[in-house]
Amino acid sequence: MSDSIRTPLGKVRGLGTAREGAHHFIVQRVSAIALLILVPWFLVSLLVAVRGGYGGAVAWIAQPLNAVLILMSVGAALYHMRIGMQVVVEDYIAKPVGKAALLILNTFIPVLLFAAAAFAVMKIAG
Amino acid sequence: MSQSGWTDKRPMSPHVSVWRWHVTMLGSILHRMTGVSNYIGAMLVVGWLFAAASGPETYGRFEAVAGSMPGRIVLFGFTLGVVYHAMSGLRHLVWDTGHGLTPKVASAVGTLIIILAIAATVAIWLVAGLVPGLAIFGGG
Repeated sequence: MSDSIRTPLGKVRGLGTAREGAHHFIVQRVSAIALLILVPWFLVSLLVAVRGGYGGAVAWIAQPLNAVLILMSVGAALYHMRIGMQVVVEDYIAKPVGKAALLILNTFIPVLLFAAAAFAVMKIAG
Repeated sequence: MSQSGWTDKRPMSPHVSVWRWHVTMLGSILHRMTGVSNYIGAMLVVGWLFAAASGPETYGRFEAVAGSMPGRIVLFGFTLGVVYHAMSGLRHLVWDTGHGLTPKVASAVGTLIIILAIAATVAIWLVAGLVPGLAIFGGG
């Protein structure tokens, strides 16, 4: 899958990404485009919702369209930050064991956060 | 090159120590720093959702911490981090199309984004009534 993203010329020359760089480059940007649309909505709606205290927050989350958009915003953000942090770890952590441990942690944290967000939104909206 | 033993033909980024300080370098560092701080901020957003799902008592405790002065400082920093990273990220998407890469334009845009991000964050906080002394999180 990821290999097919490389151009035929790149394959012939044997240059470019060693593994999945092209795929990583593209998904980082696709999720960035999604966030440029979702985050302004999320930020403005959230700032309005929190003014109403607990009732206002819960009423905002409970709206079906809001619930879907909240989980899309959180999901896109967690995906984008996971692959972004992966690069930071790969760049700065040289020792293999430490690098592997941090990369695994960098998968666990976003998955845990998404599970918590999905549960919270569905409990309120459900 | 010939004495370094480096045989990889692919282009290599110059080492950090050979870079002169300039605004596009600052922009790059800030983009990475805000990316990492937004990672922590995302935990706060999910924490807020979870607090709302846990009921009024837990939500009240979250509100109290978020509305305190240290809480506001963290949230202001988080807002700034999100706004800067979004603007800087948009710049990266434009760069990907091959535009805006001349030193003059890149430096001007880099400076503009830093100023715009601060201005936009202050404006968001003023409009949302989040500045110190005003209501936050349903306080009135």
